[in-house]
Amino acid sequence: MAEAVVSAAVSAPSVAVPAPLPVRAVLPWAFFVGLLALIALYFVGAEQGATSVFAGTDVHEWVHDGRHLLGFPCH
Amino acid sequence: MHASTVRSLLVRGMLAGLVAGLFAFAVAYVVGEPPVSGAIAVEEAKAAGEAPAGHGSHADHGGGTVAVEAAGEEEEGVSRSAQSTFGLATGVLVYGVALGGIASLAFSFALGRVGRFSPRATAALTAAAAFTTVYLVPFLKYPATPPAVGNPDTIGKRTTLFFLMILLSVLLGIAALIAGRRLAPRLGNWNATLAAGAGFVVVTAVAFAVLPDNEDAVATGFPAGLLWEFRLASLAIQAVLWAVFGIVFGVLAQKTLAPRAAADQEGRLGAPAAG
Repeated sequence: MAEAVVSAAVSAPSVAVPAPLPVRAVLPWAFFVGLLALIALYFVGAEQGATSVFAGTDVHEWVHDGRHLLGFPCH
Repeated sequence: MHASTVRSLLVRGMLAGLVAGLFAFAVAYVVGEPPVSGAIAVEEAKAAGEAPAGHGSHADHGGGTVAVEAAGEEEEGVSRSAQSTFGLATGVLVYGVALGGIASLAFSFALGRVGRFSPRATAALTAAAAFTTVYLVPFLKYPATPPAVGNPDTIGKRTTLFFLMILLSVLLGIAALIAGRRLAPRLGNWNATLAAGAGFVVVTAVAFAVLPDNEDAVATGFPAGLLWEFRLASLAIQAVLWAVFGIVFGVLAQKTLAPRAAADQEGRLGAPAAG
């Protein structure tokens, strides 16, 4: 109770708290862009390491240093 | 109107991710490349040391040549100078843009739902949460390894465990957030946050204990100082990436949402006319 009063008194006047964005408006973006982003991350983080979509090692070699330094298991 | 707000936030998130990626690339190039090159030198020295032994026992089969070629396979196709510049930049920038996009969507869900935070503060919290759950927690269990440390035979298992650890850590983070919000009316914001944070730490520790150990045992003789330097560089890259993302996206999100927040504050009277 006391904490609620204090936090309201501290933040209410200065911070304009935005209304939440409806989940319905976020979901389609989250689904499609999330999927694209995950595919991009897969190519940086795992392609031609554990599994391969394309044959060869060119993708692996090209992002090799980034893969190591970003923390992914590389080879 | 809401959908276009989400879209502008997404575009700004990816832009902030690109800027963050540029900073992270600078750090990666300056402090990350020296230990990577050092590790590759260790790898090559090891391969060169093994080659004569192979040659001695399989002289007729050209065993030494095969060993050298196998070690040299790493370099095929892409030169070291390309790997350490354009290749590195590609990896870090794609990572920044992709995660910037995902983080901006997480921000869109979190906005106005995690407490009395401005858009800028929500962006900072989103970046801190993403750094912790996407990188730091998985890193503590399965730390980044330089070239020459991993055993190529276990790459499948190590990759699976690493991605599993990221997924688990993100889900635990979301669960802690929801639990914290549920507890807030009863315990107050401060104590609810502490309780949720403690719960996250305890469950994460249990997951660390239960999940299989890193099979990627560091090869005997690999310089400990070099390994430390590499892992510190990896940590620095991610810390810079998320710090810059949080700051830049915070500014952009604040600007995007400022009129909207102001209209909400005014009592939503004139908002439809403007939109």
